[in-house]
Amino acid sequence: MKKRIVLVSLALIAVSALMAAPIRVGLVTDVGGIDDKSFNQGTWEGVKVFGKEQGLKEGEGIKYLQSTADADYIPNLSTFADEQLDLIIAPGFLFNEAMLTVAKQYPDQKLMIIDSVVQDKDGKMVPNVANAVFAANEGSFLAGVAAGLKAKADGKKIVGFVGGMKFPLIENFEVGYDQGVKAVLPGATILSDYTGSFTDAGIGQAMAAKQFGAGAYIIFQVAGGSGNGVIQEAKARSAKKDIRWAIGVDKDQYNDGIYAGTQSAILTSMMKRVDVAAHDVAVMTMNGKFPGGQVLTFDLKSKGVGLPEKNPNLSAAIVKAIADYTAQIVSGKLKVDSRQ
Amino acid sequence: MSILLTMIPIAFVYASPIIIAALGGMFSERSGIVNIALEGIMMVGGFAAASVTVLLEPVTPAAGYIGILAGIAAAMVFSLLHAFASVNLKADQVISGTALNILAGGLTVYLCQIFFKQQRTKAFTVGLVKLSVPGLADIPVIGPLFFKDMSPPFYAAILLVFLSWFVVYKTPFGLRLRSCGEHPQAAASMGIKVARMRYAGVLISGALAGMAGAAMVLTQDIQYTIASVHGTGFIALGCLIFGKWNPFGVLGAGLFFGFAQASSIYAKDIPFLKAVPLEVFYMLPYVLTAIALVVFSGKSVGPKAAGEIYDAGKR
Repeated sequence: MKKRIVLVSLALIAVSALMAAPIRVGLVTDVGGIDDKSFNQGTWEGVKVFGKEQGLKEGEGIKYLQSTADADYIPNLSTFADEQLDLIIAPGFLFNEAMLTVAKQYPDQKLMIIDSVVQDKDGKMVPNVANAVFAANEGSFLAGVAAGLKAKADGKKIVGFVGGMKFPLIENFEVGYDQGVKAVLPGATILSDYTGSFTDAGIGQAMAAKQFGAGAYIIFQVAGGSGNGVIQEAKARSAKKDIRWAIGVDKDQYNDGIYAGTQSAILTSMMKRVDVAAHDVAVMTMNGKFPGGQVLTFDLKSKGVGLPEKNPNLSAAIVKAIADYTAQIVSGKLKVDSRQ
Repeated sequence: MSILLTMIPIAFVYASPIIIAALGGMFSERSGIVNIALEGIMMVGGFAAASVTVLLEPVTPAAGYIGILAGIAAAMVFSLLHAFASVNLKADQVISGTALNILAGGLTVYLCQIFFKQQRTKAFTVGLVKLSVPGLADIPVIGPLFFKDMSPPFYAAILLVFLSWFVVYKTPFGLRLRSCGEHPQAAASMGIKVARMRYAGVLISGALAGMAGAAMVLTQDIQYTIASVHGTGFIALGCLIFGKWNPFGVLGAGLFFGFAQASSIYAKDIPFLKAVPLEVFYMLPYVLTAIALVVFSGKSVGPKAAGEIYDAGKR
């Protein structure tokens, strides 16, 4: 009897193992490295969650290759394609061309790009590449609500926006932010500047100094390395008791804004959940529903964008208001403008 | 008027590291060594300053200033490579400088990886706090322009301009330094040790460029990244030429660039310029500098022997 139970359970295990055919997922990082506290690391965390759920071992079922130069992208993608992984993920538009090349060379290989869309030179989608993009306008709306309510609570009327370069991807943040601010603080003045650079912290700081000087209380920065200058200016002023705030972007930047003890000048952050995107597409691929040639938009509803879970600088009332707006957007009752 | 009051300090903050780095370039070139490695040296200085500041901030409020010192020290060590290659090995100075620029990026990121397990330093808390000079800050107009919430590197830059002028033109050391840059053989015939003077020139240059990089990272950024210096060393080189290898010229050129940058930030808010594409404003500082260079350059003559390999036997 005992033997039979053992046999049956063994058989069951074998069958269940066959049913959830284990897939192998690989991540190729850009030059930022696996621990960049940003897109690479975030994507890898999503892959790791998937690996944990499926009992995949790191280095076997899930693995990554780091790129040390742009020239590594194609070789790294090809290495994984030669290993016939079931899904290869790469974060960021830097991979666009490399992914297109590899997708053509390995037409059966399933690939995924995050925060970008791969098209061939005729502007056609590539059938074996899944594209994940983010509804930045929706997350930015919530950031705008947070900024507007915080300004209102402290009796201020001016907030600001500092973007990197003025093109639709970045402007999409701005329209959502503007709408969010105006929703809760209709009389607000919203200053807007674009640094023209994603690397020059000096310009970011100068623009922040200009906006803060003109009375801005909170600045939403969407400018990469230039945005660091905005954060620095908010910190420098706050450290001298002239309290000003910056809003983080892409990831939770709270720690970047700490100026005394645990007090941060980062009010909140508009996060792109690259981990959610990577995890969800891995699950779809495992279930035989790989979204090749499609553009998946990760929005508030799919938890692909949003504010961090913990916002020590926001009052309970503001957190509640944000939750209410989130619910309205998710249910479709409230439509956020977009620029794309 | 109120726009000017906020714009001028912005220009000063932006110009300070450029001026300090350009002064560094001046010392090196005055001794006869072309130093296009300013950029790389600034990166090393910025990296060292950010790292030390991150480590010391929990311990002492003076961490930012100790960070600057660390940046200067690290940059001097790094610039030794340039001096060694240019003076002892008689290498082409442009090649050696380029090598340093390339090395700096890889080296700093590699060290970040070792120290902080990421490709950038950790974020420091405040870096260098802005200063208000007690008493002077309350003077109308002049107070807010020069003495209220000013970044410390600005005062350092002004001080260094006067100090450099004094050293280069009013001391025996300065005379020897300049003679090595003009005609090293003649200098040698008067008993000046050319190699030693050139080492001094490059090391001072390293110290100043390191300070500039440190000041940039600690006042403008929140951490050191490979993009923190983003070409400022080359702009400093431009200011050195524009300023005709003279400390006050360098000050003028640096301030000019700072103002061009600040005005490009404000120009888009002027109503009748609304129709102009943003890119034109981004271009403004560079176009203005290029125009000024053409208009004012006349004969922009650097030290005669700069870039030349010292050959004691040449007549």
